[in-house]
Amino acid sequence: MTTMTDPPQASFRLSQLIYDTRYRSYTFQFIALMLLIALMAYLGANLVTNLAEQGQNISFGFLAEPSGYDINQRPIEYDSQSTHLRASIVGVLNTLIVAFLGCLTATILGVVAGVLRLSPNWLVRKLMAGYVEAFRNVPVLIWILIIFTIMTAVLPAPNAFRGDDSESSMLFGSFAFTNRGVYTPAPIWGPGSLVVVLTFLASIFGAIYYRRYATKLLYDTGKLLPMGWPSLVILFVPSILVYFVMGQPISLDYPALAGFNFQGGLHIRGSLIALWFALAIYTGAFIAENVRAGIMAVSRGQTEAAASLGMRPNRIMNLVILPQALRVIIPPLISQYLNLTKNSSLAIAVGYMDVTGTLGGITLNQTGRAIECVLLLMLFYLTISLAISAVMNVYNKSITLKER
Amino acid sequence: MSKDNIAFHRTHMLPEAPPPATETGAIKWLRENLFSSVANGLLTVVAGYLLLSLVISAGPWFLNGIWDSPSLTACREMLDGRTGACFAVLTERWNQLLFGFKYPDELYWRPTLAFVLLFVAIAPVLFVKFLPHQLLIFTGLYPFIAYWLIWGGSIIVPVMALLGVLFGVLVYRRTLTVSAGVAVLAGIVGAMVFWWIAGFVTGSAAGFLALEPVASRDMGGFMVNLMLGVVCVSLSLPFGIMLALGRQSDMPIIKWICVVFIEFIRGVPLITLLFVANVVLAYFLPPGTTFDLILRVIIMITMFASAYIAEVIRGGLAALPRGQYEAADSLGLDYAQSMQFIILPQALKISIPGIVNVAVGLFKDTTLVSVISMFDIVGMIRGPILASAEWNGVYWELFGFAALLFFITCYGISQYSQWLERQLQTDHR
Amino acid sequence: MKKTVFLGALTAAGLVGGAAAAATLDDVKARGTLNCGVTTGLVGFAAPDANGVWEGFDVAVCRAVAAAVLGDPTSVEFVPTTGKTRFTALASGEVDMLARNTTWTFSRDTDLKFDFVGVNYYDGQGFMVPKSLGVTSAKELDGATVCIQTGTTTELNLADYFRKNNMNYEPVPIETNAEGQQQYLAGACDTYTTDASGLAATRAAFENPTEHVILPEIISKEPLGPLVRHGDNEWEDIVRWTLNALITAEELGVTSANVAELAAGKTDSPETNRLLGTEGNLGEMIGLDADWAVRALSAVGNYGEVFEKNIGEKTPIGLARGLNAQWADGGILYSPPFR
Repeated sequence: MTTMTDPPQASFRLSQLIYDTRYRSYTFQFIALMLLIALMAYLGANLVTNLAEQGQNISFGFLAEPSGYDINQRPIEYDSQSTHLRASIVGVLNTLIVAFLGCLTATILGVVAGVLRLSPNWLVRKLMAGYVEAFRNVPVLIWILIIFTIMTAVLPAPNAFRGDDSESSMLFGSFAFTNRGVYTPAPIWGPGSLVVVLTFLASIFGAIYYRRYATKLLYDTGKLLPMGWPSLVILFVPSILVYFVMGQPISLDYPALAGFNFQGGLHIRGSLIALWFALAIYTGAFIAENVRAGIMAVSRGQTEAAASLGMRPNRIMNLVILPQALRVIIPPLISQYLNLTKNSSLAIAVGYMDVTGTLGGITLNQTGRAIECVLLLMLFYLTISLAISAVMNVYNKSITLKER
Repeated sequence: MSKDNIAFHRTHMLPEAPPPATETGAIKWLRENLFSSVANGLLTVVAGYLLLSLVISAGPWFLNGIWDSPSLTACREMLDGRTGACFAVLTERWNQLLFGFKYPDELYWRPTLAFVLLFVAIAPVLFVKFLPHQLLIFTGLYPFIAYWLIWGGSIIVPVMALLGVLFGVLVYRRTLTVSAGVAVLAGIVGAMVFWWIAGFVTGSAAGFLALEPVASRDMGGFMVNLMLGVVCVSLSLPFGIMLALGRQSDMPIIKWICVVFIEFIRGVPLITLLFVANVVLAYFLPPGTTFDLILRVIIMITMFASAYIAEVIRGGLAALPRGQYEAADSLGLDYAQSMQFIILPQALKISIPGIVNVAVGLFKDTTLVSVISMFDIVGMIRGPILASAEWNGVYWELFGFAALLFFITCYGISQYSQWLERQLQTDHR
Repeated sequence: MKKTVFLGALTAAGLVGGAAAAATLDDVKARGTLNCGVTTGLVGFAAPDANGVWEGFDVAVCRAVAAAVLGDPTSVEFVPTTGKTRFTALASGEVDMLARNTTWTFSRDTDLKFDFVGVNYYDGQGFMVPKSLGVTSAKELDGATVCIQTGTTTELNLADYFRKNNMNYEPVPIETNAEGQQQYLAGACDTYTTDASGLAATRAAFENPTEHVILPEIISKEPLGPLVRHGDNEWEDIVRWTLNALITAEELGVTSANVAELAAGKTDSPETNRLLGTEGNLGEMIGLDADWAVRALSAVGNYGEVFEKNIGEKTPIGLARGLNAQWADGGILYSPPFR
């Protein structure tokens, strides 16, 4: 009824709704709204009829029922008697784990590759260009499958580690690269380990504070304090002292071959590694391009000005170019993070139990609740991406304020 | 002072001396580009070592490759313990990789012809400055020809579809004087009505000039990736433009609809949309209606791509100086005219790199359909080929081949877009 | 301009689809083909051969139904489905019937609103291990890495079995049988579990099948059978009795070789006569003609023939009849009488 909210003039004619630009927009909006409502009603009616015909209903009750299946990577307590809801949460956590690891690695890779692409070294430049083009132009699914294949088909099975003159041996006696994943030593947190951890956290703050203080001193008085070794000392010495004072509460649990598999230690599964590396390398190639574009966006005059002040290339990069380039780099960087998170749903191709694998995979299959599961799945990803968009908007606002 | 006071003076020019060896030719180049500092030298050595070891390990693999063998076991026997690739899997399964395992053998010429014609059809679009504009007519006809070639069936269907479009355009032209929006709407309704009526004609004359029909679920291999890529990108362009304009519109309801649609689609991974196509969409259609999985996937991917393209175009629209909009208004152009003649040509030009990026990304994403049990090239490799007793265990050759196909296509497209950007640079900066 | 193809196709599809709301039998007849959901590929049960022609034990059921209804065993459109897509494909009407080694369970029959028309293979879940592992019983699998196809009942059985026996395991979920096979052969899992028949079929495709053993424990009941949508009882009857016809034919000694001869005139056995339509009007009762069973049988043969041809002891898969022998031969295959 949008058209009628605006009381027509005395001279209003119906044809004005089409011909008069003042009213035309109301007509259009009315039509659009009606079409939308009609479409929704049509789809909704179909849904209701279809469900009624098949005697089904929309209900989320299945989430409270025992899932009945097991998940290999469990960040929280979970077994086959836990509910579908808990299985979904395990999936969500697994998604976040791989997304976090992927974003971290991709950033490091991307920044290194992006900076090296502008290196004066011809060979390195070309190599990096090769990396970027190769990974940007091939689907990430193929990369995931290739890395997964390396994991399963090339690395030895745990059996190869058996016996005295085994075919394969562990790296430093503590890392085992098998086709079921990588086994690394895991820390055991004994009593008193909390003190050590807290000391270490405190040292981090101490080191940061020291660096701030030194910078301030430099700016205020021109007195130059050494930065490097004191930070290292602050960072590690107290923790190491406390570690020995408390009687070495933290020890390492080494993986050892027992039964079918390696036992103990930390097991990073092949599926996680394939997904993590593939996403990181793939997204890294895109980030490299963003970084390169960001650095190139800083005008050459800035570099020259800094050089004429006598700054060394490292300092030019750190103090002049990167701070300016970051403003250009960060928005696309965040959207790359978002892409990586969304691409992590390809976990299903290698059997990594992320939320698509649990909620959108096994739970959907076992309960047959397709609509509910897909709906929840979409909601999850939508929440994440809206949250990231919100962060991005805040960031964008904060840098616009600084602009003159 | 006379010359005699000077002990020595040169009476003739010395011949030009060659630059020192360190400042010329290969050595200079090496010094400047590879060993300009110690750190750089180290980097070069490391990079060179990596490259060399790659060549050494992959070289024999390529050179010893076996191109003709019936199975992996036979291939391994022929290699006789040497390192080498079994490219024979590519030659033996060539047709399956390209067309899937169910497309009738004797009809391979049809998709191949459609593929070749694709280049003829897009050439006038790609090289618009160098080829006569009349060729664009063929581009317009191409979708119908390609449909007929790939799916087969009576020629009436594509002809009627084409006539429907022409009819719609006619209606659009006739009603354009009223207003652009009305005209678009009328055009679409006109075409719909035409198709609806034409549906009866095609139903009764199913055998007229018919090619052997091929069901879409019989299609597979790289053909599916190409089809999905081309169809979805072309479809998503008009939708993307409409969504972008809608999002810029000052009509709140229309703007709101577009914003919700775009943000929703961009917020979820493509794979969930494919799940929707695969397992949920059927619930939202009238009972008993089924249509091809491939068509459902096309709808979903098109929606997906439209949202991304809309954002790219919105960027282009926002980047245009305000003055352009005002100039168009001051000339007395109405909305449709100002968009058509002033705004969109410029905005689209700015958006080209972004659109190409979306297109490349979308083309790569077509491999995701393998997850919902469609046999595109990745699906073919993971399913029928790797599962067969003959080729169980051939990974590198197959995945490498798929990666190569995508690399060639995507790299080609992005190179073209860079070239086009240079061509379109009309501002003299 | 390219949107027109899409819209054209959409309209065309809509027109085709619009007619599909009627009963399944009419749809199939109008369409001229039977849409049959099968696996994406399991040798012996349903897999395309080198020419893309589907073959196998489950495929034969589809072909028999097509022969009975349409008179042509080749007018079947095989729709490959995964564990995830199979039920939606059936519920949405994309396929008319599902013959995809699907286990008959309470919830699938009731909650998912499907009807299982019978059992064409009595199966159970087993484990396959490489001989070199030295495992002889599933009880020794504590701590093993187990490859398992997701979206199947096997997943739930596995969880139950290990929990009941107080053992740990590491599940490696995989999507298709092909992947499971690769993972298992690469040693990424110690054991592969699925229906025993599936294990045998998978093992048959290995380079060295003798290096792998199937453990004696069968940890579940897996009655596999074709299923149709709930509610269309006429169609359900046709599929059910086509399956029963194959089983009964074996019992009565009707084979693809002698079916034409037996159908030519009345035989001594009244049930054979009724089955082959030379006596009574059973065909009419399920909405088909009198020769329906003759066509089905001459197309694929009786149950025993189908079994021997696709998965029997003479094939690479080499399954014994076991439980799937006729009731008279010590099995539990028992078709209701044709009367």
